[in-house]
Amino acid sequence: MNAPVASSHRASRLTQVRARASGNLVLGGLIIVLVALTLGMGALEPLFHALFPELRNPLYARDSFLNLMLAHIGLVLVSSLISVTIGIAAGLFVTRPVGREFEPMVSSLAAIGQTFPPAAVLAIAVPLAGFGFAPTIIALSLYGLLPVIQNTIAGLGTVPQTTLEAARGNGMSRTQILMRVELPLAMRVIIAGIRVSVIINIGTATIGSTVGAKSLGTPLIAGLVGNNLAYVIQGALLVGLLAIVTDLLFERLERRYSFGG
Amino acid sequence: MSKVDTRSDRALRTSSRPIVGNRVLLTLLIIALASVAFLPFATLSPNRLVSGQAVMLWQACRPWQWIALAALGALLLVSAAGRPLAARPACRVALLTSLPLIALLLISLGDYAHRALSDASPAARVSQSASFWVLLFVGALVAVDALQRLRLGLVPRLGFALVAVVLVAVCLASDLLSGLSIMREFANQRANFLDQLVRHLVLVAGALIPALLVGLPLGLLARRREAWRSGLFSVLNVFQTLPSIAVFGLLIAPLAALARAVPWLAELGIGGIGLAPAIIALVIYSLLPIVRNTYAGLAGVPAGTLEAARGMGMTPTQILWRVEVPLALPVILSGLRIVTVQAIGLAVVAALIGAGGFGAFIFQGLGQYAIDLVLLGAIPTIVMAVIADFILQILVSLSRPAGTR
Repeated sequence: MNAPVASSHRASRLTQVRARASGNLVLGGLIIVLVALTLGMGALEPLFHALFPELRNPLYARDSFLNLMLAHIGLVLVSSLISVTIGIAAGLFVTRPVGREFEPMVSSLAAIGQTFPPAAVLAIAVPLAGFGFAPTIIALSLYGLLPVIQNTIAGLGTVPQTTLEAARGNGMSRTQILMRVELPLAMRVIIAGIRVSVIINIGTATIGSTVGAKSLGTPLIAGLVGNNLAYVIQGALLVGLLAIVTDLLFERLERRYSFGG
Repeated sequence: MSKVDTRSDRALRTSSRPIVGNRVLLTLLIIALASVAFLPFATLSPNRLVSGQAVMLWQACRPWQWIALAALGALLLVSAAGRPLAARPACRVALLTSLPLIALLLISLGDYAHRALSDASPAARVSQSASFWVLLFVGALVAVDALQRLRLGLVPRLGFALVAVVLVAVCLASDLLSGLSIMREFANQRANFLDQLVRHLVLVAGALIPALLVGLPLGLLARRREAWRSGLFSVLNVFQTLPSIAVFGLLIAPLAALARAVPWLAELGIGGIGLAPAIIALVIYSLLPIVRNTYAGLAGVPAGTLEAARGMGMTPTQILWRVEVPLALPVILSGLRIVTVQAIGLAVVAALIGAGGFGAFIFQGLGQYAIDLVLLGAIPTIVMAVIADFILQILVSLSRPAGTR
């Protein structure tokens, strides 16, 4: 990012800046649309009436979209915090000398676990914890754990051996090396893992409404079951926008941690 | 484990072997023991919807099963210890112990179900419970750990997996587990189960074939026209980000309208719900990994190799088919692996728009609070995903040029 730019590269640098500015514009616009739709879906009622004249109630009204949005974000936030905390801790444990013996097992667990369909994991969490918020959180955090662990291990693995040796040669302690060298260098890959985990969780939380957790999937599923396409579109629009905005925000965060372009 | 332990381990390694030879195996054994002590092995309930009473492992087992389980546990404990067995023989013992352990678990559970149901009402149900799953999981992980440590070649690993699959298949096919609630659910749904299996496979194949037909040329295009790449990738990335159920939902209205406007499409079965929107959504999801991996595979072919091929007088077509594609194949197949596993999982959600597949059991079961029906959908889906992943993993390693496997 702060690497010196040769003058011959100035043109490409300029297009990069321009691309980033238009990217900001897109992101800002999407956030405005997301907030506006969450707060003011009611204003679109005439449009839904016109689109679906055969429906008597074309606007989901059993709960406000703001409540549903906050519930959805809450589900994803709580489960992601759990996944990130445990995932990074586990990734750190198996890359230290104490836990290195566990690394192959943890890596293959993370790899095999990710072949399990999230919807199936969610369905299996139900008998373990009962219906509602808790099983959804358990399933989301368990599933979200895997990409975080995998990328923490991969990210720490990319730190060059010579860099570590240089840090040791500078007289840094193990903790200092971890905090000031390894984690900053691995951060981009770790954040990429968190991004995957959060995006999957946004999608799976939508299905959480089939096991009784309130989310943006609630109007969507209600619409599918009750044959009300307007509900389906309202839920799908909001959850789709939420996923895209979150993904773009993570893209930005990742870029902040890429060193030297 | 404290730091002092590892230090003394290191000191001991030169003279004699440490007390604990395999800490992973020891951890697994502790987890298994804790689950036996604190979690139920099975549940016995008066009918299929009511949650029943918990049955611990020692209550469910006959004495000989108990003794056999304890003996297998002791064998694993010995192989976790650093003495008297050396590391490789210990791993072989653990590997050979894992299969009887899994078999014994299935036998104990099935046997308990038959005994418990013989003097109960016909509606009574026996289901496997938490400790059974933990022990089964531990048994599988013991094998995984041993296989990793032994670093066996492809053939012995394949052989071991085959034996394990045959073992479980024999248990399922025989009368052994027929008392279990999930197997009775299966017996009730036998014909339907096959239908949904076929539906699920049709969904996956219906997604993969068009995705390959479109995705492979797109990947080649991205390689040949670098300027188009970022635009193409960001469009596909947006689709990959969208929650599957949202895509399914958003496709309903346009497809329904299309079917109304063009009647012959409706006659072909295209409409707002059912197979058509499901397959379209799955194709969209499958495109990004295929295009990305095709591009990455082609981009990974060394420039020197291409120059050498040109220097030998090969035409561009020859270079593509005889140099680029073979060298890019492992990466392309890795993309196919990602996509296949993903499509098997997403097809579950497609049941919500009436496309069928194993998801139908899951959501029907969730609606009726019938957990065994949920598992009848979830377990086969997971098994299908794991098997597909395993097969494609083998294909990926076979596609690597000889000598780099």
